[in-house]
Amino acid sequence: MDIHEYQAKEVLSNFGVEIPAGALAYSPEQAAYRAREMGGEKWIVKAQVHAGGRGKAGGVKLCDNEHEIQEACEGMFGRKLVTHQTGPEGKGIYRIYVEAAVPIEREIYLGFVLDRTSQRIMIVASAEGGMEIEDISENRPESIIRSTVEPAVGLRDFQAREIAFKLGIEPSLTQSMVRTLQGCYRAFRDLDATMVEINPLVVTTDNRILALDAKMTFDDNAMFRHPQISELRDKSQEDPRESRAADRGLSYVGLDGNIGCIVNGAGLAMATMDTIKLAGGEPANFLDIGGGATPERVAKAFRLVMSDDKVEAVLVNIFAGINRCDWVAEGVVQALQEVKIDVPVIVRLAGTNVEEGMKILAKSGLPIIRATTLMEAAERSVSAWKSDNTTNLKAV
Amino acid sequence: MSIYLDRDTHVIVQGIAGRMAQFHTKDMLEYGTNVVGGVVPGKGGETVHGVPVFDTVKEAVAATQAKASLVFVPPPFAADSIMEAADAGIQYCVCITDGIPAQDMIQVKRYMMRYPKERRMVLTGPNCAGTISPGKAMLGIMPGHIFLPGHVGIVGRSGTLGYEAAAQLKERGIGVSTSVGIGGDPINGSSFRDILEQFENDDDTHVIAMIGEIGGPQEAEAAAYIRDHITKPVVAYVAGLTAPKGRTMGHAGAIISAFGESASEKVEILTAAGVTVAENPAVIGETIASVM
Repeated sequence: MDIHEYQAKEVLSNFGVEIPAGALAYSPEQAAYRAREMGGEKWIVKAQVHAGGRGKAGGVKLCDNEHEIQEACEGMFGRKLVTHQTGPEGKGIYRIYVEAAVPIEREIYLGFVLDRTSQRIMIVASAEGGMEIEDISENRPESIIRSTVEPAVGLRDFQAREIAFKLGIEPSLTQSMVRTLQGCYRAFRDLDATMVEINPLVVTTDNRILALDAKMTFDDNAMFRHPQISELRDKSQEDPRESRAADRGLSYVGLDGNIGCIVNGAGLAMATMDTIKLAGGEPANFLDIGGGATPERVAKAFRLVMSDDKVEAVLVNIFAGINRCDWVAEGVVQALQEVKIDVPVIVRLAGTNVEEGMKILAKSGLPIIRATTLMEAAERSVSAWKSDNTTNLKAV
Repeated sequence: MSIYLDRDTHVIVQGIAGRMAQFHTKDMLEYGTNVVGGVVPGKGGETVHGVPVFDTVKEAVAATQAKASLVFVPPPFAADSIMEAADAGIQYCVCITDGIPAQDMIQVKRYMMRYPKERRMVLTGPNCAGTISPGKAMLGIMPGHIFLPGHVGIVGRSGTLGYEAAAQLKERGIGVSTSVGIGGDPINGSSFRDILEQFENDDDTHVIAMIGEIGGPQEAEAAAYIRDHITKPVVAYVAGLTAPKGRTMGHAGAIISAFGESASEKVEILTAAGVTVAENPAVIGETIASVM
C-alpha cells in the first residue's frame, strides 16, 4: 500500500526525521491561506499523487507569493497528473501540499528497501540526490552506498555513522544524520514498510538535515497490525477495478487487452496470460482468485472481470488442488446465472474431480466453451473473441 | 531416494484443527503420508482423523519422533510456529500459509541461523503448495493423483503452475522424484539454488524442471549455480512475459524491480547457463521429455 508524501512526512517526523514546515490543502484558497499561516518568502506547491516524477510532469511549483500559489493550485486541482510512473491515464490531484522553501546546500538520495538477496532491510544512499535511483545506478553506480541491517540487533549507530562519513556529511552534522537514518529505519521496521525513500534528503545552508520529499510503501500482509496506517489508504489513487478487487479479497491487475482471465494461483494466472498472447490475443487482466475458489468467489470474479468494458471474452482456467473442480464448476454455473454475461465464456478445468466438474458444466445448458488443455483454452478464447457473432456459440 | 520426504518420514501438522488443515490431513493420510501428530496450543489430548494433538511442537516431537512438519497456521502466528518447529528439532518444515508479513520472515530466517548448519531446519515456503515424493508421501495441499512416481525433480514458485507441469508429464507417462514448492513470497525459506543442490545429489532424480516467474534474484542466482555445479539436464519455464514492470502480480514476490527480474531477462540468463527453456507453459512436459 502506498501513501502520500505529506502522510509519509508526518509518519517519519514522528520517528525523529526533520521535515520543512508544510500544510495540506484541498482548494487553491486554502493553499494560499496555509502559506500565509506558515510564513516565509517562498513556497513549494506539490500535487499529492501516488507516483514519482511529479516535478518533470508539472506537479511541483515554486511560488513567490499567495497569488502564484493560488494560480499554481488552480492549474492542478482536479486534473490528472501524468508522470513516467502513472501510465497514460495519470493520477487525479485532489490534495496539495504547501511547503516552506528551504535554502539547499546539497542533496542526497536515501532509500530503505527489503533486499531479497540478503533477505534483510537494506539502506541505499548516494551523494547524487535529486536524481532517480535508476539513473544513479546507471550513470554513477560507484556513488551508491549499500548497507544491510542485521535483524537481531537492528540498525547500529556505527553503521549509520559509516553512511554519514561516506556521504561526506560534515562532522558537526553526523549526529543529525544518524538520527535521520535511525528514524527511517525504526519507521520502516515498526510499521512494516517495504520501502522508504527520501529523495532528496537535503543539507541546508543553515546546517539542518531535512527530508524534502518522502515516499513510503507498506506490506499489505502486515496491515492487520497497523490500523492507523491502513486508514491512510487513498482509493482515488488506485485503479477502481483494483480497489473493488482488493475489497473483495481478490488479486487483480488491470491490463489493456480484451480477454478477461479468471485463474487460481498467481503463477498459473501469469502463464495463462502468456498463453493468450501466444495464441494471438491480449489479456485484459491478471486475476488470481486464490486457493479456495468457492462459488461466491467465482461469481465475484466474473462481476469484476465483466465490469471492464473492454472485455470481449472470458477465459476461466482452474487447476484444482485445494479447491475441487465440481465446486468451481458450480461456481461458474451460478455466476453465469446471476451475472449478465454477453461475451463468450471459455472454461478449462483440471485436477481434483475434473470429470464431475465438466459434467456440471455440460448439464447446465449454458453456452460454455469447454477446453481440456491450457493451449486449447487460449486458442478457443482467441477465436471466440475474434468471431463477431457471439449469439451462435454452442457448447463444444 | 527422494528429497526431504519419504514413506517413513514422521510428519506433524501445526494448526491441525483448522478446517483446511483437517481436509488436507485426511488427504495426506489417504495418500500414505506418515502423519503421526498435530499441534494446536490448548488442544493437547484431542485427536483429528485419529491423529493425536499436542500443545507444543516439542511435546509432539518427543512423543512421535516427528522429523517433518507442515504449518497451516494463520498469517499473524505462522512465523512463530515455524520458529517453534526449528526450536523443537524438526528437520524439514513446509509452510503453506499465504500472507505472512515480510518482516516476520526476516525474523524467521535470522532465527534459524542460530542453529549450526548440520542441525538447522530446512524450510520451504511459505505461500506454497508443499512437497510431494510421488507414491511415497506428500506434505502439502496438492492433488496427489496428478503426479506419477519417476525421475524428474520439479521445483517451482507457483502451486497450480507446478500442477500444470506435473499433469503434462503424467500425460506422457513421465513421473516425478520429488516436487518442491518454494512459494511466491519475497522472503522464502529455500531458494531455487538450495533445491537444485538437493536434486543434483539425489540418485533418483535424472532431470530437473525449474518453474520460475518474474521478480526477485533467485532465478538468476540459480542460473549461475546450474552453470557451475549441476551436471543433470535442467529445463525451465518462466511465467510473466506479459506482466508490466512495477506491478505486483498476485505473489508478493512477483514484481519486476531490477535488471534480471523480468521474464525475458530470466529466460536469457537461464539459456546462457545451458538450461533448456520451455517457451510457453503448454510445452513444459514436451520440453522435459525432449531432454530425457
